[in-house]
Amino acid sequence: MSNWTTICKETDLTPDTGLCALLDGEQVAVFYSKKTGELYAVSNFDPIGEANVLSRGIIGSIGEAVVVASPLYKQHFDLKTGACLEEPEHTLKVYPVRLEAGEVQLQPA
Amino acid sequence: MSKQRIVVVGNGMVGHKFIDNLLQDPKADQFDIVTFSEEPRLAYDRVQLSSYFSGATADDLMLTSEGYYRDNGVNFVLNEKVTELDTANNQVVTSSGRVESYDKLVLATGSFPFVPPIPGNDQEHCLVYRTIEDLEAISASAAQSKIGVVVGGGLLGLEAANALKAAGLETHVVEFAPRLMAVQLDEGGGKLLRRKIEELGVNVHTEKATKEIVAGENCRYRMNFADGSHLETDMILFSAGIRPQDELARQFGLEIGERGGIVVNDSCQTNVDNVYAIGECALWSGRIYGLVAPGYTMAKVAVSHITGGDEQFRGADMSTKLKLLGVDVASIGDAHGNTPGAQSYTYNDEIEQVYKRLIVSADGKKVVGAVLVGDVDAYGNLLQLMLNDMDLPGNPAGLILPAGDGEAAMGLGVDALPDTAQICSCYDVTKGMIKEAVASGCTDMGAIKGATKASTGCGGCAALTKQVLDAELSNLGYEVKNDICEHFAYSRKELADIVRVKKIKTFDELLDSHGKGLGCDVCKPAAASILASFWNEYVLEDNLVGLQDTNDVFLGNMQKDGTYSIVPRVAGGEITPDKLIVLGEVAKEYNLYTKITGGQRIDLFGAQLHELPVIWKKLVDAGFETGHAYGKSVRTVKSCVGSTWCRYGVDDSVGFAIEIEDRYKGLRSPHKLKFAVSGCTRECAEAQSKDVGVIATENGWNLYVCGNGGMRPRHADLLATDLDAETLIKYVDRFLMFYIRTADRLQRTSVWLENLEGGLAYLKDVVINDKLGLAAELEAEMEANIANYQCEWKTTVESPEKLKRFRHFINSDATDSNLAYVVEREQRRPAFKEERIAAVELAD
Ligand SMILES: Cc1cc2nc3c(=O)[nH]c(=O)nc-3n(C[C@H](O)[C@H](O)[C@H](O)COP(=O)(O)OP(=O)(O)OC[C@H]3O[C@@H](n4cnc5c(N)ncnc54)[C@H](O)[C@@H]3O)c2cc1C
Repeated sequence: MSNWTTICKETDLTPDTGLCALLDGEQVAVFYSKKTGELYAVSNFDPIGEANVLSRGIIGSIGEAVVVASPLYKQHFDLKTGACLEEPEHTLKVYPVRLEAGEVQLQPA
Repeated sequence: MSKQRIVVVGNGMVGHKFIDNLLQDPKADQFDIVTFSEEPRLAYDRVQLSSYFSGATADDLMLTSEGYYRDNGVNFVLNEKVTELDTANNQVVTSSGRVESYDKLVLATGSFPFVPPIPGNDQEHCLVYRTIEDLEAISASAAQSKIGVVVGGGLLGLEAANALKAAGLETHVVEFAPRLMAVQLDEGGGKLLRRKIEELGVNVHTEKATKEIVAGENCRYRMNFADGSHLETDMILFSAGIRPQDELARQFGLEIGERGGIVVNDSCQTNVDNVYAIGECALWSGRIYGLVAPGYTMAKVAVSHITGGDEQFRGADMSTKLKLLGVDVASIGDAHGNTPGAQSYTYNDEIEQVYKRLIVSADGKKVVGAVLVGDVDAYGNLLQLMLNDMDLPGNPAGLILPAGDGEAAMGLGVDALPDTAQICSCYDVTKGMIKEAVASGCTDMGAIKGATKASTGCGGCAALTKQVLDAELSNLGYEVKNDICEHFAYSRKELADIVRVKKIKTFDELLDSHGKGLGCDVCKPAAASILASFWNEYVLEDNLVGLQDTNDVFLGNMQKDGTYSIVPRVAGGEITPDKLIVLGEVAKEYNLYTKITGGQRIDLFGAQLHELPVIWKKLVDAGFETGHAYGKSVRTVKSCVGSTWCRYGVDDSVGFAIEIEDRYKGLRSPHKLKFAVSGCTRECAEAQSKDVGVIATENGWNLYVCGNGGMRPRHADLLATDLDAETLIKYVDRFLMFYIRTADRLQRTSVWLENLEGGLAYLKDVVINDKLGLAAELEAEMEANIANYQCEWKTTVESPEKLKRFRHFINSDATDSNLAYVVEREQRRPAFKEERIAAVELAD
């Protein structure tokens, strides 16, 4: 089944930063880490700060986990599982993401 | 029960302490307090008197205020001397004839300077050094003099010499004894001190007995000495010791010691019922204590006795550590080795000019005294060993020998100290109290100072306090580790050194060579700030942008709904009507909530990502620059209107503020930096609550540093006085770069200074005296930073590539649908949760 949606070109990515894409009315935060060479996609809505801001957070690692820090109140979310490290009752949706022929593509969660 | 009436004669340091302690006592409401002061003001800090010559005002020196006394029901009469004592009827009479009865009488009359009975000693420019009025007279006299002599080479004499030297006079010290500070120092220490002081340009004459003071030939006076020599001078300052002020007690029959002083027992009672004596006028066990700490203890003891307690005065240690004319000097216990059988270790380095002598007991096990000149780091350890009667370590010489390369100086291990060990004598803080403070959450020096006051007096115990703090932290299982985060085993200061010395230009380079993992939201912005401080490249370069907090990425301050605020620079708070109109028009066009900031500029709230570039294009076109309100960087230089308009203005504060703001604008630093310039001492710009504060005086600019408003207010410290603009800028360059190099992450200058070992004196040494030989380097770094300045918004609006980031979605022109606003006081604000549904509906 091929419900992959292209959201931008590979060249639109700036390493170690995020951007926000609109996928079927949902806001998705997409990150590219140069060091891990991987793409990550989670929901853009910060459930704690209650605003659409996560794509504007700083990414990094805590222990083994690759994380984004909310730019509002600095909680960390695991980019692979969506789990909030400080307040586990919150999780983000995680979206399948891939690089295909120079294009960045997302699938609904 | 009617209240007991307490009369306190003298409102000096100790008299005030007594009153303050009594007010803090749970039984305070059982007492009525009246105090008489011969001086025209309430108690001030005599210990810091000399700071008057480096710019402190009488107000700065005050230990209390009339308001505080009034609020606490303390009656006080200034300029009123108590002249008679009627102990039979429990009454005193004052110079104006006022009669006051007492239940308890406390004599805290202090002491007066001894002026040797030399013919001619009462002339106009023969002065003493004890009160604020004395200082005013010295200043006035110095202004009409070229040469000054201090009679007396003791502790106070050398302080006085420093004051004369600072006033620009050719300065001489005339001492009767064969060496300086004969009471506190031995021969070796005295000799080195003399050499150092002479190198500083002060002339020292020992073994001189002044016979007479007559008219001079080239100067106002000529001092003739017993040995036939003479010295010409324009003014003379007597500092030949103090005598207890016991006149009143003596006249009205209290017991007086043979050589003066009101005799007291262990409860500070005199021989007459209900009369106490405390402070420098009191003679206990045949001794007068000429230091403030024992006086404070006596005050405590007297309060205890009056309120029914049983504290006793048991004598006091007279060890001292101080800086005289910039020379570090310390004396502990039996400095002369008079203890029977005492032996000593001596370290004398004539090249580095350091002298240390450790005097130990006959069995070699205990410290009985020490003399330290030129390097007093060992003071805290040695003093504690003596006071707590602790055994010396195996190799006592190690306590005064310099540490070899790489090894730490030998400490005594503060763990060995009992909890009762007094660490800070100014505020009587014990090791146990510091431990308690640590246990209740104080984990740095700033917090310890706040909670216990330790090392906020003379500062002599700072190193020891820090040792106790560190030891206690590690005892409690805190790792005393300054690692910035899990990715770097370095503190921010160390990272800054690495970046600077290895000329590292990117985070990846830093992480690959010195770190691990991917980095995080702690180390990345810290590294970005360090890189910006030293290299100052455009923060949105591809290799830098991922390090920045969102505020720096989008050059605005993110608000709670994810929109940004816009703050253009308004240097010095000066703005033309045309520019104001532009701001108004832009705000109106984009419906931005508008507010005036505390930093004298205008904040426009509620801009969405895609709006930022268009708005900024308009602002840049109208001549605005970014205000860096989003960065940990130099924010604003606030100013009052100054001499251009103000009737009281002494100098052009607005002009200088603009010059300073233009120089440092955008400078990135460990935390935000706020400045202010006031045009006169009325201080309307509130410069003394800023990181850098400048105040105009008749003779130039005074420079204050490390003040803070905000969460933990801190009054700024006076760094230097009467500067010309050029020197001031130089000092600020050095100060800022030194802070940038050495501060912790997110550490404001106020906290930084409180944790800086050596404190303000050390900072002055670095910034003014260039003790580290870094001044030129620091200035050059600042020049380089300034040369690379660019308005980040101008660069950004001119770069189509960078503008791509400024949209909410990469794949749609839609905007964030989650935003909702309501109108309040004629402007919009984000809707609260409970208002949202209605607001969104309304928007649809
Ligand atoms: C320049 C200088 C530097 C010093 N540096 C240090 C230092 O580094 N460390 C240290 O420990 N100590 C230092 N001292 C000493 C310290 O200031 C004194 O130990 C302290 O002030 C003693 O306090 P006191 O209240 O006993 O006396 P004072 O502070 O002298 O107060 C006595 C007050 O009583 C008033 N008075 C006297 N008689 C009467 C009367 N009959 N009626 C009404 N009022 C009366 C006096 O006018 C005076 O105001 C320094 C002193 C000076 C002058």
